[in-house]
Amino acid sequence: MAFPQPRPQVTQLPQHLLRTVECQQGAVRAVRFNADGNYVLTCGSDKSLKLWSVSRGTLLKTYTGHGYEVLDVDSSYDNSQLCSCSSDKTVILWDVASGQVTRKLRGHAGKVNCVQFNEEATVILSGSIDGTVRCWDTRSRRYEPIQILDEARDGISSLKVSEHELLIGSVDGRVRLYDLRMGQIHVDFIGSPITCVCFSRDGQCTLSSSLDSTVRLLDKSTGEMLGEYSGHVNKGYKLDCCLSEKDTHVLSCSEDGHVYFWDLVEGSLSLKLPVGKAVVQSLDFHQTEPRLLTAMEGQVQVWGAEPEDAAVEDG
Amino acid sequence: MASDEDSDEDFVSYGTPLEPLEEDEPIRKPVPVHEQTVKDEKGRYKRFHGAFTGGFSAGYFNTVGTQEGWTPSTFVSSRQQKAERPSARPEDFMDEEDFSEHGIAPREIVTTADFASERKDQLKDKARAVSSLAALIPGDTGLLEELIAPARSSIGVELLRKMGWKDGQGVGPRVKRKHRKQNTDAIKVYGCVMPPNGSEESEEEDDEFAPENVTFAPKDVVPVDFTPKVDSHGLGYRGLNPLQALGGGSESGHINLFTLQSDRASSLFGDRNSGQKRRGGIGGQAFGVGAMENEDVDIYHKDSMSNYDTVLGGEEPGDGLYGWTAPQQYNRKKNDSKRDVMYSGRILDGFALASQGTEIKTVYPPPDLPRDYRPVHYFRPVVDLSTVSPIVAQALQASRGHLSQDAPQKGRHSLDSSQRRDMLGETPLQGPSSVFELIGSKDRERLNEIRGVGKEQNKSVLNLSSAEDRAVVVASAKAAALQAMSSRFQSTTSPAETQASSETQMALNAWSGPTADVGKTFKPFAKNPQKQARYDLYINKLKKGDKDALELSLDTSMTEWERGRERDEFVRSALLYKPSNSSLSSRFTRSKHEDDTDSVEVTRDQENDVDDKQAAVKMKMFGKLTRDTFEWHPDKLLCKRFNVPDPYPGSSSVGMPKIKRDKYSVFNFLTITDGSQVSREASSPSSSSTTLPHLTPEVKKKSRWDEAERVSEHKDPLGAFLSETRSEVSVAKQMEAGAKNQTDSSQASASPEVKVTQSDGKETEPKTEEEEKEEDEEEVRPPMDLFKAIFASSSDEKSSSSSEEDSEEEEVAPSTSEPIQISAETLNPPVSTPSKPSAETSTAQNTQSSSRSAPDKPQDLDEEEFGPRLPPPGFIPPAHSPQLKKQKKKDKEKHKAKKHKKEKKKKKNKKHKHKGKQKKRVDESNSSSDDTDSNSEDENRVVSTSELLQRLKNIRNKR
Repeated sequence: MAFPQPRPQVTQLPQHLLRTVECQQGAVRAVRFNADGNYVLTCGSDKSLKLWSVSRGTLLKTYTGHGYEVLDVDSSYDNSQLCSCSSDKTVILWDVASGQVTRKLRGHAGKVNCVQFNEEATVILSGSIDGTVRCWDTRSRRYEPIQILDEARDGISSLKVSEHELLIGSVDGRVRLYDLRMGQIHVDFIGSPITCVCFSRDGQCTLSSSLDSTVRLLDKSTGEMLGEYSGHVNKGYKLDCCLSEKDTHVLSCSEDGHVYFWDLVEGSLSLKLPVGKAVVQSLDFHQTEPRLLTAMEGQVQVWGAEPEDAAVEDG
Repeated sequence: MASDEDSDEDFVSYGTPLEPLEEDEPIRKPVPVHEQTVKDEKGRYKRFHGAFTGGFSAGYFNTVGTQEGWTPSTFVSSRQQKAERPSARPEDFMDEEDFSEHGIAPREIVTTADFASERKDQLKDKARAVSSLAALIPGDTGLLEELIAPARSSIGVELLRKMGWKDGQGVGPRVKRKHRKQNTDAIKVYGCVMPPNGSEESEEEDDEFAPENVTFAPKDVVPVDFTPKVDSHGLGYRGLNPLQALGGGSESGHINLFTLQSDRASSLFGDRNSGQKRRGGIGGQAFGVGAMENEDVDIYHKDSMSNYDTVLGGEEPGDGLYGWTAPQQYNRKKNDSKRDVMYSGRILDGFALASQGTEIKTVYPPPDLPRDYRPVHYFRPVVDLSTVSPIVAQALQASRGHLSQDAPQKGRHSLDSSQRRDMLGETPLQGPSSVFELIGSKDRERLNEIRGVGKEQNKSVLNLSSAEDRAVVVASAKAAALQAMSSRFQSTTSPAETQASSETQMALNAWSGPTADVGKTFKPFAKNPQKQARYDLYINKLKKGDKDALELSLDTSMTEWERGRERDEFVRSALLYKPSNSSLSSRFTRSKHEDDTDSVEVTRDQENDVDDKQAAVKMKMFGKLTRDTFEWHPDKLLCKRFNVPDPYPGSSSVGMPKIKRDKYSVFNFLTITDGSQVSREASSPSSSSTTLPHLTPEVKKKSRWDEAERVSEHKDPLGAFLSETRSEVSVAKQMEAGAKNQTDSSQASASPEVKVTQSDGKETEPKTEEEEKEEDEEEVRPPMDLFKAIFASSSDEKSSSSSEEDSEEEEVAPSTSEPIQISAETLNPPVSTPSKPSAETSTAQNTQSSSRSAPDKPQDLDEEEFGPRLPPPGFIPPAHSPQLKKQKKKDKEKHKAKKHKKEKKKKKNKKHKHKGKQKKRVDESNSSSDDTDSNSEDENRVVSTSELLQRLKNIRNKR
């Protein structure tokens, strides 16, 4: 061995508050990075959707067209389109540059909780309180969904898409994994209403948070539980959870105003990041960098691994 | 190069000319003749095949000689198959070029002579007209030509001609001609006068001395020729007519460019009646007065106003200008002299005047109104003495004085439908006559009880005068109502084991009433006649009120299991198709397509038992125990969009595979109703109040969210209760509707709210089970603040907030039935937050608390929604509050914060108004106290009455 093994870098947690953005759009229902992580999208309860620059914290564009508070947003892989869903039962496909509504998709019977593009932004998947996930085609001019997944017995609270899999968390306490390639549904019973689901970055595990104040890491293929993370408070609200950029940590919002970081393997609480006094409703982790977004009430916080000036130099 | 004279010989000038060469273009080598190609209009090469072998094109698309080209068929003929003589037309051997304009057989669409218009050439006509003018006898040539013109006429015309008919002669039976003299004076025709038209003249002359008894041939007709409009002038314009301009018309001094066709015709042919001298040669002002003319009056033309019409539509020359839509005056003026037949214009050919005029409709005058007639109908209130409280009845009697007299002799409007039916002798309608018959017998008894109680109290109320006594009565009535309600629930909230028996009882109740005949009832087991027979037997027995109808009607030879199953099915179907439906069905017709498809699509794979899973979750044994894997068919398009091959290429189904099951099998319904869920609910401690029979689908559909909350520590019993009550509403509603009528009469409302309002100071709440339980869990204080806020004290802030709330929440909150909602309100847990340092400084403490509790109500409704909630837009968490009621408080605070801002604004406005009023009596001392609440007490008091009213109104509206 000519070269020594590179020393494993200590993973840095985004614990430094880089910026706080007053969004001026009521409560921020969801905060999301765009596809490349340079911009931030915030869903406001005042029916607007806003696009921000992460590095400068400036407002770039406001998208208006929803009839009620916006609940979730996703950007396409090329950042040319956005899809958002709202309490007004609609899903809207936006053109990012012009801010125009490309398509307004109606069909859900209740408010739409979550929305996602598939990998190539050819399909929009939206999950609603009416218990269905609708697959909308963005390529054709049809206004009817391609398929309606109505297996859930209660409202859909969260939904994620990988290459060929749909991960859908429902209030009926089950996480459903639709495998398109195999043509199967795997239903994992959690018991408590699911608030958020996500895939791990390596695509082997699923993470699901539920209203019993627990986050569970399940093996995707077998459904076995790999880790259980608790300590935070999640009893009534639809809070987000996610994994850090290298799958080292599990993150979850909490109703006590903190963001909890657990070590993925050990399951121990590694950081309790104080955000504020209210409920941390939404969070999103950067794809590649240790950067975190949190949303509390009308504000969005950007967290980085290093203090502000260093981060600025990087940027 | 190309333009060189010498080299011209080298080129064949055929086709399009070459483009002009530019100076510095490289010199192109001329293409020699043998290399030049000819292309047809479609860009295909033309080959010359030889003059007699096809010319430039031969075969299909010039394929002769190529591999694709046709080869001449060899003549084959045998005994069996005689060669047919092919009938070939010349077109078969032609190419498409041959049909083109310049081909050998050009084909183009041309109007045949039969359909071509008579007048072939406009130009020729004009020339003829001009030449006729120039001729010695004007119009001569034209006439001659026309006479000689070859006839292109239809066969009918030709036949007529052969029979001796001449153009223009009248056709038809002989008629008796009436004397008709045309008023020709009005027609002024200018232009040259032609020789008199024979036919017209004769007609006119005939008219002069028409004998009475002689019939004539129909009148000759000048054939009207319809000239197609080919020019681009306006309609009716005909340009400067040389006939007029040159030939005459100088009299008019004004060339009329717009005349009618008829005039034009007559001007062409001249008019016998014009009575003008024929003028020859050129005349007119421009040329002065000739020697032969005697017109020297008007040498120098003076255009006078008399040449112009001063009145629109006035003084029209001649007939027919208006056509048959002529204005009436115009007609009448003309008709006066001749006949009093109302005709307009000229009578069109083929029409005759009506021999008798249309009858004039006689209009009868309206009847005389009686003197005391009032055009507004007054509905006299019909008061039923039994339903109104005696005091009111007495008052009514006193005021009207004749209530008692009216009662016996009922007017037409006081009869009800059955009485009228009896009077008219109609047959009574099928089905139950009143709503009460649709209600189960038990319920009916209960209602009667309530009614009895109410009546008793009515009597007692008579004696009661003081308010206190009345309050007592109200309270007791309310208690009775509550009891009735609870008894109802208890009767139905029996545990699951007794459910079956209760169902059979319900079936009995449903069928034992007055019902439609069996033949009309639905036959659910028509496929299985024996079973259906048993079922019919069962139904029949049910009708007779047989208690153990079920057991008797079952087949004893069947196994126990089969019998049990059939028992369930019978009861279910008896409930499903109970006669309340059939009573309705007597008023509706059957659908064409009966739903005899007795199978339902059910997903093939059903989930395993939830109980096992729950146990597994508790033991944290995720994996096989908690995972179900089902087959699922994604849509083809979805697979395509995801770039994934279709996992089931052959299948056409989408989603979970479905199988058909017997619709009326109990097991369908059994599988759907989650038995474990029911049992769990029953076992869970909080469900003692919520065990309702799972009859309504809403209960089944109840959110997991509520359930989870109940199971886990009962964090939010109120929310759970609310969602329960919501599902109950549908059940309770009808009962309530019935009860309301009764209780209203006794003025005792079943809602606890009324009582509380009256016994303000007392804290005697109806303690339901839930409340007691809650009290165990946490300190519960009845939210007196709410009622104080509503009734005792008041501030404008509150009321405005509540109205705000209403408007805000209206769209979100589903309207549930009132009493339950209110009861939920009273059950509201207390607000135990320490008072915040709020923006408001000096509002009274109780107003603050009330403002907090007031928005509670819609908040609770908000929480009924399914699934995890969204946090409030903004809140400050309480400093030290129990974890439990957290979000509710948050919500409240949020609302409060919002409200404060808005209310301040409102307050300001109000203050200003108020000040304006006060100014007269109060000095300007309050100018300093402009902004906030320092002097708000006074205003509060003043505003309070109106605000109180508004608040009450709001509440009533909600109800």
